[in-house]
Parts: sequence; C-alpha cells; structure tokens
Amino acid sequence: MAILELHDVRLELGGRRVLNGLSVAFWEGHVHALIGPNGAGKSTLASTIMGLSGYTGYEGEIFFDGANVRGLPVDQRARLGITMAWQEPARFEGLKVDRFIAAGAKEKTAGKVREVLAKVGLDPDVYMRRAVDKTLSGGERKRIELAGILAMEPRLVLMDEPDSGIDVEALERIFDLLGDMKAAGATVIMITHSLAVLRHADHAFLMCNGRIIDKGAVGKIAGYFENNCLPCDHVNIPLSEEEAVTV
Amino acid sequence: MSSAVETARALLASLGEFGEHITGDDVAHLEVHGNKVVGSHLVPGFDVQVEELDDGIEAHIRVAEGARIAKPVHLCFGMLPQEGLQHIVMKVDVEAGSFASVQAHCTFPNAIDITHKMDAVVSIAPGATYEYFERHLHGKEGGVLVVPKTRVQLGEGARFKTEFELIKGRAGVIDFDYEADCAAQSILEMVARIIGRGHDTVTIHETGHLRGEGARAVLNTYMALRDDARAEVFNTLTASAPYARGHVDCKEIVQDRALAKAVPVVEVNHPLAHVTHEAAIGSVDSRQLQTLLSRGLSEDKATDLIIEGLLS
Repeated sequence: MAILELHDVRLELGGRRVLNGLSVAFWEGHVHALIGPNGAGKSTLASTIMGLSGYTGYEGEIFFDGANVRGLPVDQRARLGITMAWQEPARFEGLKVDRFIAAGAKEKTAGKVREVLAKVGLDPDVYMRRAVDKTLSGGERKRIELAGILAMEPRLVLMDEPDSGIDVEALERIFDLLGDMKAAGATVIMITHSLAVLRHADHAFLMCNGRIIDKGAVGKIAGYFENNCLPCDHVNIPLSEEEAVTV
Repeated sequence: MSSAVETARALLASLGEFGEHITGDDVAHLEVHGNKVVGSHLVPGFDVQVEELDDGIEAHIRVAEGARIAKPVHLCFGMLPQEGLQHIVMKVDVEAGSFASVQAHCTFPNAIDITHKMDAVVSIAPGATYEYFERHLHGKEGGVLVVPKTRVQLGEGARFKTEFELIKGRAGVIDFDYEADCAAQSILEMVARIIGRGHDTVTIHETGHLRGEGARAVLNTYMALRDDARAEVFNTLTASAPYARGHVDCKEIVQDRALAKAVPVVEVNHPLAHVTHEAAIGSVDSRQLQTLLSRGLSEDKATDLIIEGLLS
C-alpha cells in the first residue's frame, strides 16, 4: 500500500520547470532510494513533499496516507508524520543538543534523548549539553539531526544524501538505523549519489529532468551507476518553460 | 519577624528559581530594597561597606589581596512597588591575585514607573579576576528605566568578565554603558543578552581599550526584538599596543515592526594589533526555522527556541 502518492506534479523555480509532470507512489514501510544526476530535481522533490518555503506552488497533487497535503504548511505536514533530514543540517547557535532533540520528540524526556543519541553513536554524557553550532563537525550535526528524527518517530522520512559528510563508521550506523526505522513501520526515501547507500534500499527510482524515468529493484536501477547515466538518455539540463511545453 | 526580613524574602521570592540558591554560611550576599539594606552576609576576603542614600545606596566592595571567594556572591537589588528610583553607586576594588564571581539580580516585578541607575567604578589589580553577571527580572509592563554605567580598570594580567541579561519580562528602557581600559596581558569579556518587546527601547554602549601589550577583549551582544521594540548597539574596541587582540560581535533577530541598528567600531593604531568585528541583523534564519517546523513545532515555538539558543 502506498503511503505517498504524487500525481502529475509540476513545479517551476526561477523560470525553470524543475518537476516536470512527476507521478510516483512510495510503498509504506519500505526504504526507497531516489537517484539521478545533479539537477534532476531530487532535492526539489523532497522539499516539495515537505512543503518547504518556496516549494508550495506546485501543480498536480500530493497525497500522504490518502489525504491531499496541498495547502498544509511544513509544521502541519510534520505533525502528520512527514519529516526531512537535510544534506547539510542547520547550525543553531547556543541551542543545546538535548533541547534540539526534545523539541520535536514524541516523548520529551531526558531518557529518550539519551536513548536516541546512543543509537546514532554519540555519547549522551558528552553531547547532551553541547550546542548544535559550528563547534560540532558536519558529521556530528548529521547524527544529531538523525537522533532528533528518531525521537520524533515519524511515518515518512525524507533523507537528502544521508552519506554526505559522514565517515564510514557513522554510515554503517545509519544503515542500521534504516533497518530500525523500517521495523518501526516508517517509510524512508533516500536521495543519494552513492551506490553503497542505494544497496541498502528496498526499491529504487531513477529521476531525470524532473521526472521518474525508471523504477524497480535496486539491482536493476544500480545499472545507472555502472552504465554512466543509462538507461537515461536525457541531457541533464532542466528545461526552460518553452522547451518543457514542447516535450 | 522584622519588615526588613520580610522585604528581603519578598525580593528573593520575586526572583523565582534564581533566588533559591542564595543560602549557606559560605555564600556572601547583600539584598537592597530601594535605599535600604534588608539583608546581608559576608565571607572572609569579601567585604562590603554600604551607606544608605536618599534614593539608593553607595557600596564599597573590596576583595582582599589573594582572596579566592569559592562560591558566587549574590547581590540582589530591586523594588517591589510600582514606582520609584533606585540609584546604586558602587566602588569595587579587586585586589591583586584575588578572585570573585558576583551574580547581581535586579528585580522589579511590579514596575510601572521605576528608574534603576547604577554608577560603578571597578578596579581590578594585576593578576586578579572579577566576574559580574547581572540578570534583570522585570514585570510585564515594561515600566523600568535601567541606566547602568560602569567604568573598569584592568591591571596587568587581570581578567574581567561581565554579562548583562534581560530575557524575563519587558525590558522597558535600557541605556547601558560599560567601558574598560585593559593593561598588558589582561582579558576583557563583555556580553549582553536582551529580549525587547512591545515598545521597549534598548541602547547598548560597550567599549574596550586595549592599551597594554597582549591585552585581549571580546564584546558580544545578542538581542531579539519583536513588536515595536527598538535597539541601538554601539560596540567600540580600540587597540594601541603590540599583540593586542579583540573581536566585536553583534547578533540581533528582528521580528514584526521592531528596529535594530548596530554600529561596531574598531580602531587599531599599532601594526601588531589585530581587531575584528561582525554584525548580523535579520529575521530568524530560514534553514533553522524550516528544520524545526519539519519536526512539528509551530512557527512561534520554533522561533522561541532559536532565540533561546541565541541568548543562552
């Protein structure tokens, strides 16, 4: 059963059509990988599903758990169970890790914060009272962001390049957490350029020029990496509006 | 029970959680209501002589040479009525090699028309360290005029750290003016954290003069303004000695119709000195906000959390 369905979604940004009649369904409780060349529209798709500022003026429809999310702001979509992990997590000057994690947690207790920090491989005694600022490395902030998402217990997680800025040990831990989230019934959509990340998905989707152009088993879509953009034969330049209309 | 004791208790009660830890024989403290000393306790090495004035007090604080005051000293200034004037004149002598950390709580919980003035002269002898954290708790009306003026002299190798915080209640009108002269190898740190609401008006002058070789200073101002609040921040750092180092930093979040102005001034007249500055004024950072919204926080709660971090 699909938890997320997109029907003919189109979005223009800066005079360019970045999502170009995209239709796709994501099954509930699975880990999905979304791959494609730079500029294909992958991050835009995640931002549109999340309803981020600047990504709300789309055409077409997005259904989450059967309900159309059009018009719902980010926080309301989050309260439905959708959340997002950024490629480069934000820095919060002065804001302590425990406050950051607890802010969105379903169970706002110190015990829960400690539990999720431990799950992402960060010692709670060391990190609870540190600030989520520039004193943390990008990899540490990425793990803390993930801890916050675990505490939130979401139904759909959009992960934009989960391996970006992460060392090998941390990446292995993230792969373990994907399994935990899946076991808890969550659906994960990972945007990635990494074959290693792709191999941890249940299904894969290939995106180019704002459309899903292929989907299926990971082994099938992995050929994209091995065949240098095949089976996609599109030139990876987002179309202008005039060009998009003629396609 | 005497009225002085009752007043002291009421003052401390108005501090809420911040008044609870002013206890113990080894904790020095002084409570002043208006122009009356309503409570005090001293510890060896930390001496306070107080004279009551018509509209406040004059206090001479002395930290004895070499004394290390183990626990923070608590000073509680305030007024419980809605109107009045409290003028604190303070002379502080921190003698050579000594250490003291003072937490000053200024509470005006019912203020409608209150003026709180402080004129302080602080002398920190060579090798001594003096920390002064001033936390204000005001009521919801904003009827307080706060005018703290402090002049600080740091001797060679001395350290002075001061923080001014007003994040509970309405700021009212604040006209804050701190200036410090820094001798060789001394360290100065000034921090102001303020939330302005309603029609609050805040003016900050933080000034440091790095006159001695290797003197260092950082002047930080963090402010969040909403509604129709106004703020002007004038941070000035001058360096006139070799290897003097300093940084001026001002960060302000502005919402609604609030207005913020920051004027960082750095003046260097020695080729081996180095001073930097940074000022950032704007709305709440979009990426931070979107991140917290994507965790299910409302925009108001997310903004409050971001401001809490900035002012922490």
